[in-house]
Amino acid sequence: MSNKKKKKMTPVQQEYHDFSKVREPKRPVLRNCLWAFFVGGFICLVGQFIQDFFLWNFEFTEKTAGNPTVAVMVLLSTLLTGVGVYDHIAQHAGAGTAVPVTGFANSVASAAIEHRTEGYVLGVGGNMFKLAGSVIVFGTFAAFVVALVRTTLALLGGS
Amino acid sequence: MLQGHQSWVFANRPVIRSVATVGGPYEAQGPVAEDFDLLHGDLWLGQDSFEKAGKKMMEEACEIAVQKAGLQKQDIQFFLAGDLLNQITPSSFAARTLAIPYLGLYGACSTSMESLALAALFVDSKSAQYVLAGTGSHNAAVEKQFRYPTEYGGQKPPTAQWTVTGAGVALVADKGEGPVITRATIGRIVDMGISDPFNMGAAMAPAAADTITAHFRDFDVDHQEYDLIATGDLGKVGYRICADLMQKHGVELPEVKYTDCGLLIYDMERQRDVLAGGSGCGCSATVTYGHILNRMKRGELNKVLIVATGALLSPLSFQQKESIPCIAHAVAIENVQ
Repeated sequence: MSNKKKKKMTPVQQEYHDFSKVREPKRPVLRNCLWAFFVGGFICLVGQFIQDFFLWNFEFTEKTAGNPTVAVMVLLSTLLTGVGVYDHIAQHAGAGTAVPVTGFANSVASAAIEHRTEGYVLGVGGNMFKLAGSVIVFGTFAAFVVALVRTTLALLGGS
Repeated sequence: MLQGHQSWVFANRPVIRSVATVGGPYEAQGPVAEDFDLLHGDLWLGQDSFEKAGKKMMEEACEIAVQKAGLQKQDIQFFLAGDLLNQITPSSFAARTLAIPYLGLYGACSTSMESLALAALFVDSKSAQYVLAGTGSHNAAVEKQFRYPTEYGGQKPPTAQWTVTGAGVALVADKGEGPVITRATIGRIVDMGISDPFNMGAAMAPAAADTITAHFRDFDVDHQEYDLIATGDLGKVGYRICADLMQKHGVELPEVKYTDCGLLIYDMERQRDVLAGGSGCGCSATVTYGHILNRMKRGELNKVLIVATGALLSPLSFQQKESIPCIAHAVAIENVQ
């Protein structure tokens, strides 16, 4: 916990915080990292196979093969979410399943399934991007800032 | 009658005439599955939403309890219930079906003992002859409201707990066969500054310790008074902290006598998904009304103290960085000698 947060607490609360902390099981960080590394790596490996498949079998270049590859990965992730497997893998894999595009697909699909009971428009439509929405907002904003910096540099450089 | 600062003693000894517990598929794999009256293999219970499934469990539990006591719905004067969902809809909707005069309660996971204590008070003061007290929770419906979508792949820390799918109901009457309710201690809010909703055990443990200490003080007794003292849903983490807190404050609570419903309902070795243990309104309700009362019936236990713990947060309050206020209510149940 940050020091700022701790300062807000009363001395009794601070004492309890230290008291409870030593009695809580720690997150197994090393094991989580290893899981995330290997599962995340495996997902990328699958992605690579799919990309190669498109490269070898169709008229794709390395640049254009990206789009269908992502589409297939998203489809696979959504299917695994739908049959209720993805969350079980994620409990072990953590960032390994959250960081790749499959994690993004899972957050959209899981929210869509969850809110199906409230109807298609207000339920599925309104809640689908409940979790993924912030990724889109900040992703777009970050892209805008990067583009702004790049343009400014290009103008200053005069090239 | 008031006893001490915050306790009631029930001189007319209200009786738990009958109880009913309903559980879901994951509870059916647990070590206390035998103690449920009805277990469902389908998390949906054949309904089209998890919220409706929660309501259905509550209705079933009420019906079984009334039936077991050999009564009719119209014989019951009051229905006291609550649960974890927004505006306690499963309870109110079940009350709509039952058509029994109803008071909705919210004490988060402490609702089981909150409703039982109030039911006992009603009966003890002769304000009612039969009162139905119950609560329930549904894993997926509660996860949906308080955390993430069920299928979302988020990694939970080892301190997280698993919401029980289940409902437990007790029918309290002025006379008849069954264990009696002798005492109750109403807890006060304890907030020790924990704000992590994935660490409810640590947040609720001080409230449990506070209520147990208050109960001992008000009645001038110690742990020897009871054969078993069970907290509601502290899980592995909260159990450890509560036991150590009691020791720190110089109140003896030997671990052979102290248990937690969140540790009893699942097999902590086999059902690893539950992480630190069970939680939710259904946890203390089903374990108490099922497992613990069955042990009392067999004569293994004669006098127990149930301390149901509740975390009074909302999904908004923790996002707004508020800490979690917690509460615990204790009810003493005895066999008639």
